[in-house]
Amino acid sequence: MSASTDTIDNFVASDYKYGFTTDIESESLEPGLNEDVIRFISAKKHEPEWLLEWRLKAFRHFEKMENPSWPHVKYPPVNFQEISYYSAPKKKGDGPKSLDEVDPKLLETYEKLGVPLHERARLAGVAVDAVFDSESIGTTFKEDLAKAGVIFCPISEAVREHPELVRKYIGTVVPYTDNYYSALNSAVFSDGSFVYIPKGTRCPMELSTYFRINAANTGQFERTLIVAEESSHVSYLEGCTAPMRDENQLHAAVVELVALDNAEIKYSTVQNWYPGDEEGRGGIYNFVTKRGMCKTNAKISWTQVETGSAITWKYPSVILKGDNSVGEFYSIALTNKAQQADTGTKMIHIGKNTRSTIISKGISAGRGQNSYRGLVQVGKKAVNARNFSQCDSLLIGNKCGAHTFPYIEAKNPTASIEHEATTSKIGEDQIFYCNQRGLETQDAVNMIVNGFCKEVFRELPMEFAVEAQKLLDVSLEGSVG
Amino acid sequence: MLEIKNLKACIEEKQILKGINLTVNAGEVHAIMGPNGSGKSTLASVLAGREGYEITDGEVLLQKNDILEMAPEERAREGVFLAFQYPVEIPGVNSTYFLKSAVNQIRKHRGEEELDAMKFLKLVKSKMKELGLAEEFLKRPVNAGFSGGEKKRNEILQMTMLEPSLAVLDETDSGLDIDALRIVADGVNRLKNQNNAQIVITHYQRLLDYIVPDFVHVLYNGRIIKSGDKTLAHDLEEKGYDWLIKDS
Repeated sequence: MSASTDTIDNFVASDYKYGFTTDIESESLEPGLNEDVIRFISAKKHEPEWLLEWRLKAFRHFEKMENPSWPHVKYPPVNFQEISYYSAPKKKGDGPKSLDEVDPKLLETYEKLGVPLHERARLAGVAVDAVFDSESIGTTFKEDLAKAGVIFCPISEAVREHPELVRKYIGTVVPYTDNYYSALNSAVFSDGSFVYIPKGTRCPMELSTYFRINAANTGQFERTLIVAEESSHVSYLEGCTAPMRDENQLHAAVVELVALDNAEIKYSTVQNWYPGDEEGRGGIYNFVTKRGMCKTNAKISWTQVETGSAITWKYPSVILKGDNSVGEFYSIALTNKAQQADTGTKMIHIGKNTRSTIISKGISAGRGQNSYRGLVQVGKKAVNARNFSQCDSLLIGNKCGAHTFPYIEAKNPTASIEHEATTSKIGEDQIFYCNQRGLETQDAVNMIVNGFCKEVFRELPMEFAVEAQKLLDVSLEGSVG
Repeated sequence: MLEIKNLKACIEEKQILKGINLTVNAGEVHAIMGPNGSGKSTLASVLAGREGYEITDGEVLLQKNDILEMAPEERAREGVFLAFQYPVEIPGVNSTYFLKSAVNQIRKHRGEEELDAMKFLKLVKSKMKELGLAEEFLKRPVNAGFSGGEKKRNEILQMTMLEPSLAVLDETDSGLDIDALRIVADGVNRLKNQNNAQIVITHYQRLLDYIVPDFVHVLYNGRIIKSGDKTLAHDLEEKGYDWLIKDS
């Protein structure tokens, strides 16, 4: 059917809505990576000696490591000396004390992104920490949260205000020795969010961090740490965008979650970094390490909607250390144009009666390459561990690819592990069928894609489920002509 | 209603339709019969605007408008409905949502008010009752996991909801048991009025016991070689196609 593939070939070329640049004076480090850069960042943030030492150890370790080659993605080697490791909007004096003092241009930027920060227009029931390049520019609803005992602030502030908490937990879930990019991140991380939920507390609102890369040739290395004390509960969401640029930019984040006994953390991501153009020029390299640790009866749930980035390389994982703990991973990863994604999860069952669920939906369009990579590991002592995995791939057109790499390691004979996988394709015949009932091709594609993803949309906090659905529609715009 | 004039079409450079002439007036039911490979399904596909066919000559006028220039969804909104020989499965897409979107697209095009969920459900449930279909249909994804008979009944439900001015049924009867056949026929008969028309493509006389055509045409080798009234269908049942083919 040579004639009929044409429609689907036109599938590509949608405009990236968030590709604008904010014209703001920034203070940026010269590109380059060495110990002086690390000392500079640490000094800039008035860090204690122990943290600088930790960063330097991480850097020395990083220098001995090599860029991993196992992900199913292709890209030219990253030159770490060409990246600037620190860039922040220039501040007058000591910098803004509150959001009222923040440069209006920055507030305007976030407004444009649909994340208003000022009092009047704030998202109801959602506290936002806004990270711009290497610095957090402000956090909303801080006082309201403080009343509940919840700490929600930039991690650099937490290092100064709550050093004992940061020191106790940082690097405990993702040690700097874990992998190449976690070592790099530990050495040069600039900002990110810190969340602490006290014992028995249910966080009164959704917490959210909005990451924005603005400056050119700058990497963003944020570090997020969430600690949920015994019997506490928190739902957290992160969003990400970046301007359109012809060069690739590196985003290497580390997220650590600690859920103590009976605690529950729900972590949702809507990732929409600039994906690059049709030829694969530009776009963000999104190399991220996300991992959570569950103590007894605790639960960690990762939900991600990944539509952006030139290359995505991330495996939000759960270590099910405590008995009866639960790990969940719900993912939608969309690759269009020349995007590549190698994403999935690791569920490490250590405690007894631990349970995990993996639902992964990969959508490939254009020349996109989408890989699911997942590990389900059941340790010797994990009696009655249970896992259910479902990995579905949807192909749109003839030039994209979907790949599945499931790894299963069971060392306990009582383990029950189920894996289901399907691959389907939006066919010309489905499109024609919809057309014949009066539906536009684009609407038909959106309908099919949304139907394919609905199990994951269900897991997103209400306010964001609609957003995520729209984002998916926009990312597929122009994909079928 | 419909005028097909000297329609020629080919697929991958092979000529399939070699000059079809057919006029269908409002209020009429036409049956198109013919042996395998004569071009029946191609004709249905070309009318609906499926890609992959090249129109080399002729025109197709629906209420005086040339539809060959229109995209498939525009033709659908103008009132062309194709009941598929092999209805397509769309996993994950809920039947109710699908049908509501389709109905509203067509209503919008006709300048009618779009139906909200409540009104739509009321309408679709009453139509299903008329057709004797179980409501559980609505909860399932479009055609996914349906039996052959269920798929065909779903086509008839969609046709009933969309109220086309021209319905083309492409071998909707093939593979149906007698009960399903009655439902299909019943759907067509209920739809029929003085303002619309139906073209029923079939292999067998059997369906025409339930849907009584005003005209029967025999399509062979890309041309209509014989037209007549319903008695022609009986003759074909008795004698086969050979006597016509020899003459042509």
